[in-house]
Amino acid sequence: MIDFIARHRVASVLAFLLVFPLVMPYEALAINILIFGLFAVGFNLLFGYTGLLSFGHAAFLGIGSYLTGIAIVHFALPWWLAIAIGVAAAGLAGLGIGFLAIRTRGIYFAMVTLALGQIVYYAFYKAERWTGGENGLRGVSVPVLDLFGLKLDFLDPITKYYVILAFVAAALWFVSRVLDSPFGAVIESIRENEKRAAACGYDVARAKLLVFVLSAAICGLAGTLRALHLSIVPIDSLHYLLSGQAVMMCLLGGMGTFFGPFVGAAVFLYLEDVVTTLTRHWMAVVGGVFIAFVLFFPKGIWGTLIDRLARARVAPRASPLRGAKRKSS
Amino acid sequence: MELTPQLVSLQLVTGVALGAVYALLAIGLSLIFGMLGVVNFAHGALFMVGAFLGMYFLGLTGNFWFSLVLTPLAVGAIGLVIERLLVRPLYGRGIDYPLLLTFGLSWVLIEAMRVAFGIEGIPSSTPPALRGSVDLGVGYFPLYRLFLIGATAAIVTLLWLFIEKTRYGLIIRAGSRDPEIVRVLGIDISRVWLAVFGIGCAIAGLSGVLAAPTRAVNPEMGIPVLAESFVVTVVGGMGSLPGAVVAGLLVGIVFALTSLVAPDLAELSIFVLMALVLLIRPYGLFGKAGYMG
Repeated sequence: MIDFIARHRVASVLAFLLVFPLVMPYEALAINILIFGLFAVGFNLLFGYTGLLSFGHAAFLGIGSYLTGIAIVHFALPWWLAIAIGVAAAGLAGLGIGFLAIRTRGIYFAMVTLALGQIVYYAFYKAERWTGGENGLRGVSVPVLDLFGLKLDFLDPITKYYVILAFVAAALWFVSRVLDSPFGAVIESIRENEKRAAACGYDVARAKLLVFVLSAAICGLAGTLRALHLSIVPIDSLHYLLSGQAVMMCLLGGMGTFFGPFVGAAVFLYLEDVVTTLTRHWMAVVGGVFIAFVLFFPKGIWGTLIDRLARARVAPRASPLRGAKRKSS
Repeated sequence: MELTPQLVSLQLVTGVALGAVYALLAIGLSLIFGMLGVVNFAHGALFMVGAFLGMYFLGLTGNFWFSLVLTPLAVGAIGLVIERLLVRPLYGRGIDYPLLLTFGLSWVLIEAMRVAFGIEGIPSSTPPALRGSVDLGVGYFPLYRLFLIGATAAIVTLLWLFIEKTRYGLIIRAGSRDPEIVRVLGIDISRVWLAVFGIGCAIAGLSGVLAAPTRAVNPEMGIPVLAESFVVTVVGGMGSLPGAVVAGLLVGIVFALTSLVAPDLAELSIFVLMALVLLIRPYGLFGKAGYMG
């Protein structure tokens, strides 16, 4: 079963996400999980697969959201163009921030990405005329998506979910292709041993920058979809606390696994949803759960699960091929 | 508003007072990192806890000096518990895990203060003995901010003497160079780590109680402070005491002067400063390239 999921990882994730809204208490939560799952997938490309811990990824989610919003609110552009602008802008911002951040290594990287992300936060906060400042950008409403004559009612939550799922599916397919490519092997080798990857002749700095940009663009896509979903862009979208949420989701689900980010996003947001009905202090509960995971299950829910399953199967006959590269599921 | 030399020099002193707090924050962060290789993401939250406890002790005893001693002890004690129970199991598991853990911890600390003191925060007040202002020759300046500068200078000097001139400081310096050799020499290094983590947290708490009278005390106050103390650490160079002081003052002055000429860009300016330093010296003004690996 693990092998099947690993071999058809995109299809498996999509199959799950197709029926997902049916098991959720309400659709808005399912849509939120979908969007934050994508955000965490983009983040995971950098953190889980390349081993670079960024604390600035909210900048890309927020830029995606804001640029899509500005395109719609201020320029009345069609929705598909607004999405393209949002993703491109996030990728460009990834190029700029990535260029500075990859000059540092190790522990500095997290601090520098956090601080660079805050530049974007304050810049958008102060550009009130374009972004609405503290109140956020309002009126990003696209009631009907016009797709070659086909009109999709974006106000209907189920339709909205599946429209967003189509984008998520495309992004997942893309990420899976990237991971399967020789480039995917290079970034994983950087995670395992950067010096050796460089010694093998790979341009580590260029690979890091490229994966940073890809990761930023995917987070940007999540941001554009979030703007369309909420029809408002809150200023918190850019704050480093939101970057921290991506980190938490990724770790809760299982970093460096394909499905983990969605598991993490689902657990995080579901937990938040349930806990807020019980107490105002949901951050303490989520923070505590996160601490417990860092201490006892650093591989996350999905990571621990596939690890146990794989070990249970391999254990009876220790195969010499155990160390061979397997697709991550 | 006209930019007179008086105004600029007054703002310069304001910048130094602000920078003093930044320098203290960065020293606490740097001390823990230099010794344990841990970036404490709960540093901003501990600063906030320090501000709350400082104002609470002040209200309780009515004596600021008492609160100034008690608060770092309390926050330091919290730090000892954090190191012993949460951070220690993570040594040797990669640099990212303590960072992630302390980030989660900052959420818990924020909520803990919300539960204890309410979500609105508590009023902060300047201790009576330090109210009023002093004539600096170029204009009047709040006494408390001058006290802030003096107190920071005293703390930094004491800390420097402790690290450079005492036997314990020698152990700390040796331990950050080569913990293995220190252990071979018969010193229980894990106790040194525990103590250093506690001291770093105590300094965070101390900067919180010192800064409390100059800003609003609420559970979220540590959130921007964490980002700002990272800026100072990156500018100064991780693990360097002079770097933390110089960068702290530099960041404070840049912030104060920018808010004089272009108030809207004040928050932005210090992050831009950091970006510039990264372009020219990626490991910081006083940093050693070795810490980057």
